[in-house]
Amino acid sequence: MKTQGHVFKYPDNVDTDVIIPARYLNTADAQELAKHCMEDIDVSFVSRVQPGDIMVAGWNFGCGSSREHAPLVIKTCGTGCVIAKSFARIFYRNAINIGMPILECEAAAEEIQAGDEVAIDFDTGVISDLTTGKTYQAEPFPEFIQKIIKSGGLLASLKEM
Amino acid sequence: MGMTMTQKILAAHAGLTSVSAGQLISAKLDIVLGNDITTPVAINEFTKNGFDSVFDKDRIAIVLDHFVPNKDIKAAQQSKQCREFACAHCVSHFYDVGKMGIEHALLPEQGVVTAGDCIIGADSHTCTYGALGAFSTGVGSTDMAAGMATGKAWFKVPSAIRFELTGKLPANCSGKDVILTIIGKIGVDGALYKSMEFTGDGIASLSMDDRLCICNMAIEAGAKNGIFPVDETTLRYMEGRCERTPVVYTADPDAEYEQTIVIDLSQIVPTVACPHLPENTHPAAELGDIQIDQVVIGSCTNGRMEDMEAAYRTLKGQTVAPGVRCILIPATMQVYRECVERGYVTAFLDAGAIVSTPTCGPCLGGYMGILAEGERCIATTNRNFVGRMGHVNSEVYLASPATAAASALTGYITAPKEV
Repeated sequence: MKTQGHVFKYPDNVDTDVIIPARYLNTADAQELAKHCMEDIDVSFVSRVQPGDIMVAGWNFGCGSSREHAPLVIKTCGTGCVIAKSFARIFYRNAINIGMPILECEAAAEEIQAGDEVAIDFDTGVISDLTTGKTYQAEPFPEFIQKIIKSGGLLASLKEM
Repeated sequence: MGMTMTQKILAAHAGLTSVSAGQLISAKLDIVLGNDITTPVAINEFTKNGFDSVFDKDRIAIVLDHFVPNKDIKAAQQSKQCREFACAHCVSHFYDVGKMGIEHALLPEQGVVTAGDCIIGADSHTCTYGALGAFSTGVGSTDMAAGMATGKAWFKVPSAIRFELTGKLPANCSGKDVILTIIGKIGVDGALYKSMEFTGDGIASLSMDDRLCICNMAIEAGAKNGIFPVDETTLRYMEGRCERTPVVYTADPDAEYEQTIVIDLSQIVPTVACPHLPENTHPAAELGDIQIDQVVIGSCTNGRMEDMEAAYRTLKGQTVAPGVRCILIPATMQVYRECVERGYVTAFLDAGAIVSTPTCGPCLGGYMGILAEGERCIATTNRNFVGRMGHVNSEVYLASPATAAASALTGYITAPKEV
């Protein structure tokens, strides 16, 4: 599995309230919700994002609420991957459970800049910044989690068991 | 190597004699919880994946609390979907308007959760029940769906930070000041993926409401869970209340902790978390002249009886400052009723405040107290992120009920008096 796209860069502690504000949570419709992805931190994100694009952020990405709507809207917008220095634990879990690719890599999250063209190979965990020519190695997922991702999410993996 | 309290509960629920930090396990669940925001997503996943029955109708709790009584048509549709699912699967712990409360105040009060339980909830503040000596953690809707179908969840066994509480809180401080102080010290990711294990002789002086409040905000330090040992106070609280027999787990003497942080409760002062992170804490007395437009006293963090008592002690016979809107939200119908019967509601109304039926409403910027551009609120809620309670350019200051009530009277952020 691979993705390639341009980078949107965000700071530390991006919380689920800015990823998808609670005022829109009166629906569970992913397409409807996705219109408001990142609205309170980056109002033009939705109009600029292209399929395969990559979010790069600092520490504790996705902190706050347990709303699965957060990784869901990021995925629905076509985002190919989120790279962060670290993820808040519920967001991390939710992303895996719904099959939204995420990678933890401090060096990549530090050095990759907004607008860079980046390619990711999920099988090897190698992140390549095509703009700077630099490559980074992300932590691979434990086998148990890889199984969930390969199945396409938690519920699909349960059905396979 | 010995196990922490959290590790012992997880081992028992995974059918293992021991577990260690970092281990991936599948654990049996005692309660699976969802609310009117997260349950619809879980129901959609449950149905889409072809599941047609729940693992145990008595172990699922669905609480309509975020947008009820419904704020608009879409919210009403979501509640209806929860109601129909609960009815179709005979979910015994389904709480609708008239019976509902804010989930994390309601489930302990109603005895649905108990010591020794392993609980997941599709709400981040599910960590609240650690106050009873349970392992309890927030998850997403897909985990809820899987939990409803199988009665199990996967976990990475957490490492732990020990918080040794000593001494006794000053009279003008409560559990909220303790947890805000801790978050200020370790940061919003200071306990990321870890359990916060509270120990020490200072615990004996903390009420159940204090402990519920402290565990409630463990997630604001990034923690997987917070947990208190079971003592006389816990046993007294659970007696005659819990529908299942509590199981008491204690940490091994040689349990491994990554770090021990000593908190002298006698040194705690009324504390406020300023915008826009819960770690941005300052003593209330040092904040200077910060004018406020609104006060909210309620939420899963501080909507319990002791919180209403604290508000009553300050507001009775007084008047809310001109230009300040003061909103009180008892967290459950039982707390609401008690506020009526004790005369608190009359005192709040006399002071110029308003009292709402239980709802999460304003805490997450849903309804019942949304802030306009440039407005500022002091709230007993749990998050002060950008846009959390309304306009992206509004501000939320987090504080205890005593501090929030004192501020309602002056119109600016004010430390409660030492009694």
